[in-house]
Amino acid sequence: MKRVGPLLRRILVPVLSVLTALLLGGVVIILTDFDNLQKIGTDPLGTLGGAVQGVLNAYGAMLAGAFGDPNRIITALQTGNAADIARAIRPLTETLVSTTPLIFVGLAVSISFRAGMFNIGGDGQLMIGALAATASAIALNGVIPAWLILIATIAIATLAGAAWGFVPGFLKARTGAHEVITTIMLNYIASLFVFFILTTSPALRAAGSTTPVSKQLSSIVDVPNLINLPTIRLDFGFVVALLMAVAVSWLLFRTTKGFELRAAGFSSTAARYAGMSAGGSMMLAMSLSGGLAGMAGGFLVIGTVGQLSLDLSGGIGFNAIALALLAGLRPSGVVVSALLFGALTQGGKRMGIDTGIPFDLLLFIMALVIMFVAAPGLIRSIWRVRVAKPAPEIAQVSSESAGTV
Amino acid sequence: MRLELRDITKRFPGVLANDRISISADRGKVLGMLGENGAGKTTLMNILSGLYKPDSGQIFIDETERTFGDPVAAIEAGVGMVHQHFMLVPVFDVVEAVALGAETTKDALGTFDRAAARKRIVELSERYKLDVDPDARIESLPVGVRQRVEILKALYRRSDILVLDEPSAVLTPYETEELYAIIRSLAADGTTIIFITHKLNEVLEVADDIVVLRRGRVAGTADPKTATRQELANMMVGRDVELIVPKGPAKPGEVVLSIEQLFVRDDRLEMAVNGVDLEVRAGEIVAVAGVQGNGQTELVEAITGLRTPDSGAISIGGKRTEKWGPRQVSNLGVAHIPEDRGRDGLISPMTIAENYILDTYHEAPYSRNGVLNLKVVRERAAQGVKDFDIRTPSIDTYAGALSGGNQQKVVVAREFSVPVQLVIAAQPTRGLDVGSIEYIHRRLVEQRDAGAAIVIVSTELDEVLAVGDRIAVMYAGRIVGILAGDDATYENLGLLMGGATYGEGTAA
Repeated sequence: MKRVGPLLRRILVPVLSVLTALLLGGVVIILTDFDNLQKIGTDPLGTLGGAVQGVLNAYGAMLAGAFGDPNRIITALQTGNAADIARAIRPLTETLVSTTPLIFVGLAVSISFRAGMFNIGGDGQLMIGALAATASAIALNGVIPAWLILIATIAIATLAGAAWGFVPGFLKARTGAHEVITTIMLNYIASLFVFFILTTSPALRAAGSTTPVSKQLSSIVDVPNLINLPTIRLDFGFVVALLMAVAVSWLLFRTTKGFELRAAGFSSTAARYAGMSAGGSMMLAMSLSGGLAGMAGGFLVIGTVGQLSLDLSGGIGFNAIALALLAGLRPSGVVVSALLFGALTQGGKRMGIDTGIPFDLLLFIMALVIMFVAAPGLIRSIWRVRVAKPAPEIAQVSSESAGTV
Repeated sequence: MRLELRDITKRFPGVLANDRISISADRGKVLGMLGENGAGKTTLMNILSGLYKPDSGQIFIDETERTFGDPVAAIEAGVGMVHQHFMLVPVFDVVEAVALGAETTKDALGTFDRAAARKRIVELSERYKLDVDPDARIESLPVGVRQRVEILKALYRRSDILVLDEPSAVLTPYETEELYAIIRSLAADGTTIIFITHKLNEVLEVADDIVVLRRGRVAGTADPKTATRQELANMMVGRDVELIVPKGPAKPGEVVLSIEQLFVRDDRLEMAVNGVDLEVRAGEIVAVAGVQGNGQTELVEAITGLRTPDSGAISIGGKRTEKWGPRQVSNLGVAHIPEDRGRDGLISPMTIAENYILDTYHEAPYSRNGVLNLKVVRERAAQGVKDFDIRTPSIDTYAGALSGGNQQKVVVAREFSVPVQLVIAAQPTRGLDVGSIEYIHRRLVEQRDAGAAIVIVSTELDEVLAVGDRIAVMYAGRIVGILAGDDATYENLGLLMGGATYGEGTAA
């Protein structure tokens, strides 16, 4: 059996989880390719070749859909035609666009999990942040310059998300109400509240629309794009997300507040014995967590989408829980995992168009990744790797979440 | 049945846990197996109970070689284990808990024949004077009785060889005496008993033969009729140890801790500390003796700011602190070594360096304006590891990966890393081996000689007698007597603690 070094040990299970999920996804692709399988009696070798070819085609399309075709990008850059360049790099930038909110909310989940709080309320905090950004953008329209509106709306979205996150933290600290219950319930309240506002408020609602969506905000305020090309949506929200990853990492591992959060997350009694305030850590962690989710909502509604709608979050809150666990609750890991999820999402769309394999296969693969990460013992036995446990007593949240100074 | 292990060797990656260990125990004899934590006792017993397979070596039962593929095979061969941590379903009653996995059935449907099981349990219980109510729920039973249920479980499965792993670790002195009586009666009836412990008194008290393990090998054997505690301790540790740390007479100075008419409620809101008066002076060690559950825990929590007293006054260094929180108290220079170090004193999944700053992280030099100075943290932690002889591969090792003794050294190193005027040490050596006990006692005496006031709360009479300059005995929430260390004996302390053992409300 292999013994694995400490650095590798950290990423071994996640990497093998992804690999295993892709392999199993390949098996499903082969088994559902009935045209190819029909030939198995007459031409077994050809069937085998066809099977391998099918999987390669599918994953090839996925890669191209996620990151673009390198040859095409080079050719386009050589011609210098803006429209060509945009078309060539669009898969990559769209991947980063879907990665951005995943990073924010993944970080949000990581902070709360580190402090021992299971924040299932990312969706609700994101929606409240988006609503606050929408309302403030419309209210501030024409009152202050657009660049100031941009800063104000993102700040207000962050504060609104933080307030929404603070509620379950406060309830837990003061009354012991379990945050899993309260955050899930607050999700319902948030989405129904947004629905209520969008259906009843003439100030926010898009005029003449039959569905509950807000007015277009792009005429009022927009997040500046990173690359100025037609159809490219990638904006500075992505950069802010990366900065937040650095900030969260710094907060967790370099500051006394982060030390308190992690200590309380591992053992609230030991934290209390050491003179820390466990309730304070809960409220702080949930507020920070809600703030990051709210910021994601702000950038989505002001930047990427430009309009508040009920399906804005699209289950980001739940995907973020999965990717935060995949990341071992490490901010750097969150960025990588978010990129993986973003790439799978974008690549899956392209795979569906090119090869007719439904997007559902991607959901299948993503679900497998999560399952394997949640059951590291399974991965260890499949791949016959022997990995020493990181710590004899496992953190409450995940076996891979133990931190270092 | 006669048990013999021959040349058992078991290797784990990087560790030779058992190195050609040979032991034997005759029918009806008690073999005391003595060794420090990490000496290989538990590995050996896991081999005997079928959890591990030895790399080489043989197991003989009544001169027949046996190999155990799994624990079931070991049970069928007559080997019963009583683990240190009980494995009982809390909501079951005794009959259900004992019969679980070996249920007698009365029809083809597999209906549990409770009457038959109950009858057999009552018989066994009477025969070996185990004194267990077969219909009581497990969760309502005191720890000592739960252990008897575990023994019943083994007997119910017709074990002729009974392995007891650190059986007294969770028992009060009185319960331990009762356990000895049960062991003697089992042995008299022909059961072979392996008694694993690191407590010297116990093997001398109850064993017929003693085998001492050290670093995976048999370090020697001894006859309990002639062996002394000192000889056994030296054999265990491999050098001359001091069972009683030498200390000069105390030079008591100013009163540092003063407690007046203190009343404290426990979690069930019952009065646990019932009017305690106590003064502790600089330069003396006051040992608080007593059977577990007589208010010591709540007294310590009140002093350290973890629990608000109902009424009464606590002064530390002249300041009234009964309404203060843990951090305020700690800032006065109060070191607290908690009773449950694994749960309250350390955070197992954090590193030694992080645990080293667990209650000082917010102060200079470890942080400034809320930002940690990791360089200083690492330097100081490395120094602490060196000063306190903490055996660890590095300061980045998780605290939970250390042995109990080294974990306690991390706690002590942290608590003594700042100047202290008062030390509150609750059960500071519980579960530690002889070498670590010596070390911790030495450090406490050092602090005393440097002028700190020391309170040691302990249920171990040996510890109380070894380090206490004065000994206060707690019973039912009161201090029922204070003796000078020189006047205290097992007998007069036992008498003072004794009422607690037989009286009401002592289900510890």
